[in-house]
Amino acid sequence: MASIQIENARKSYGAVDVLHGIDLNISDGEFIVLVGPSGCGKSTLLRMIAGLEDITSGAISIAGTVVNELQPKDRDIAMVFQSYALYPHMSVAENMSYALALRKTAKEKISDAISGVAEILGLTALLDRRPKALSGGQRQRVAMGRAIVRKPQAFLFDEPLSNLDARLREQMRTEIRKLHRRLGATSVYVTHDQIEAMTMADRIVAMHDGIIQQVGSPVEIYDRPANIFVASFIGSPAMNFLEGSYEIADATTAGIRLSDGALISVLPVADAKPGQAITLGARPEHISIVADAQSGGLPAKVELIEPMGLSTLVHVTLAGKPIKIFTMDRPDYPVDSFIHIAFDMAKIHVFDTASEKRLPPANAAGILT
Amino acid sequence: MTLTGQTSTRKLLYWGSHYLMIAAFVIFALFPLYWLLKVSVTPNDILYTEGVRLWPSRTSWENYAFVLTQSNFPHYFLNSVIVSGTTALVTTLIAALTGYAFSRFAFRGKVIIVALMLITQMFPLVMLIAPIFKILAPLGLTDSLTGLIIVYTAFNVPFATFLMQSFFDGIPKDLEEAAMIDGNTRFEAFRAIILPLTLPGVAATLGFVFTAAWSELLFALMLVSSESASTFPVGLLSFVSKFSVDFGQMMAAGVLALVPACLFFLLIQRYLVQGLTAGAVKG
Repeated sequence: MASIQIENARKSYGAVDVLHGIDLNISDGEFIVLVGPSGCGKSTLLRMIAGLEDITSGAISIAGTVVNELQPKDRDIAMVFQSYALYPHMSVAENMSYALALRKTAKEKISDAISGVAEILGLTALLDRRPKALSGGQRQRVAMGRAIVRKPQAFLFDEPLSNLDARLREQMRTEIRKLHRRLGATSVYVTHDQIEAMTMADRIVAMHDGIIQQVGSPVEIYDRPANIFVASFIGSPAMNFLEGSYEIADATTAGIRLSDGALISVLPVADAKPGQAITLGARPEHISIVADAQSGGLPAKVELIEPMGLSTLVHVTLAGKPIKIFTMDRPDYPVDSFIHIAFDMAKIHVFDTASEKRLPPANAAGILT
Repeated sequence: MTLTGQTSTRKLLYWGSHYLMIAAFVIFALFPLYWLLKVSVTPNDILYTEGVRLWPSRTSWENYAFVLTQSNFPHYFLNSVIVSGTTALVTTLIAALTGYAFSRFAFRGKVIIVALMLITQMFPLVMLIAPIFKILAPLGLTDSLTGLIIVYTAFNVPFATFLMQSFFDGIPKDLEEAAMIDGNTRFEAFRAIILPLTLPGVAATLGFVFTAAWSELLFALMLVSSESASTFPVGLLSFVSKFSVDFGQMMAAGVLALVPACLFFLLIQRYLVQGLTAGAVKG
């Protein structure tokens, strides 16, 4: 296993810059998830690590060796593709042994390795089948097996679960995670699914427009998103945003004045001046439904009630903006009725509207820093 | 009448007319071949005397015997096999490599090359005979099988390339990328992974080029003057003399000329059927 260093890596196709100087250190044995919307450059970055795309400038090293000029075959990495990319004219066993056979590994060693991996992945009964005779989940396993058999320096995953149905995806998520714990292999995993990122990653790399927006543990990214993009991308249901201007009440309380005059209390932030345009971010679970205005509630109009089984999502409008509220209760407000909602002051995120960057609270009293 | 009775009559009508139409088409398409066979086995003395009959009153193999033993035909035949076979192999090899490049790589001048290849397909061949003769003559390539192979290859490469490209386009890029990560160079990945998957395409291209070269007459007639380098389409013309046409012998030679083409297609048909329907459904 090995660490991977990426230093100021850039990628351009002609005049179009896809990646603008990526710096990232991946430690030995770490499970890194690159997440972002399509077109953010995450797959390109992965393919650059694999050697399937040239690096326009910068450097990528695997285990301390700069691999910029190395062919994919000489980088000792394994990759699991979104399409699985199994060789259709070879059996499962042949698919899995292909890389070992190319390295002229002894036949007994190959069959040992394959039976071992097939055992782990539950593929033993399928070894003689062709890929077309397998289900999607089985193909996915074979693709994983093909990667594992080689014991490479690092595993690269390019959206490996996006062709599976929801239930299978959940199951494979857990399996990949368990496998990682068992093998301790350095892994780089690309996905656009923020739930995969949250559940699987040691560290998440959130990307947008070819730039790394934030690197951090899933909890860090969820609780302290660096900017509006990360805040909106990570979390489902997504964070609510309201625009207003900053007002200071006293040393311990500040407020955001919304366009309709309502005031939402927040912890004072260090870098904001009174009157500054602020975007307020509140996750659906940090907004509660309260009895009336006396309890500090703001009136909001009910648009839709979405029961999700475990919980319920209440869609309302506040100051003309749609807001989602997560509740474990089973509310049955009629549509178009008014309810009162209150924001959890300590958990509200304050972003500078102009730079879209997060403004951290001024004191350490809050849970967020 | 019951409902099921109605449905079954309808079905019968539907399938009946279906097969009737197919049968009509097959008869239309195969009748000339049948006539070829019929004339080839008709003895010369009754060829004109019996009038138009579907089958002669008596048959004989004398035309075949004459063609095989008394004429130059076996020689023409061999020439045709050499020319068509070599052309098919060389063209398919070039087309596979070029088609792969077109399918997988973005390179400078690609559009221009594709356009040029398309343009070569737009000229009537007759226009090009004189210049090609002019080019080949000083090189000593007229009146030679090699010259014919070069000309046929040149004319077939563009179309064969586009054909091969469409087959490569149907194979996901991920496959050779996976092979490259597994330890292949790109060329090895092409040979070990992509080419086996393109066999139907290769077979279709081989078949197409082989038949095109096999039945080519214009260049074979113009570029070759000696008997020793003549191909069979030219040879067929030798049965037309100033005063008569030896229809029986000509037809016998024609039937014999069908044999290698038939054998060739029999050999590749397993791949061809896959090839012609490739891409029709997602595999």
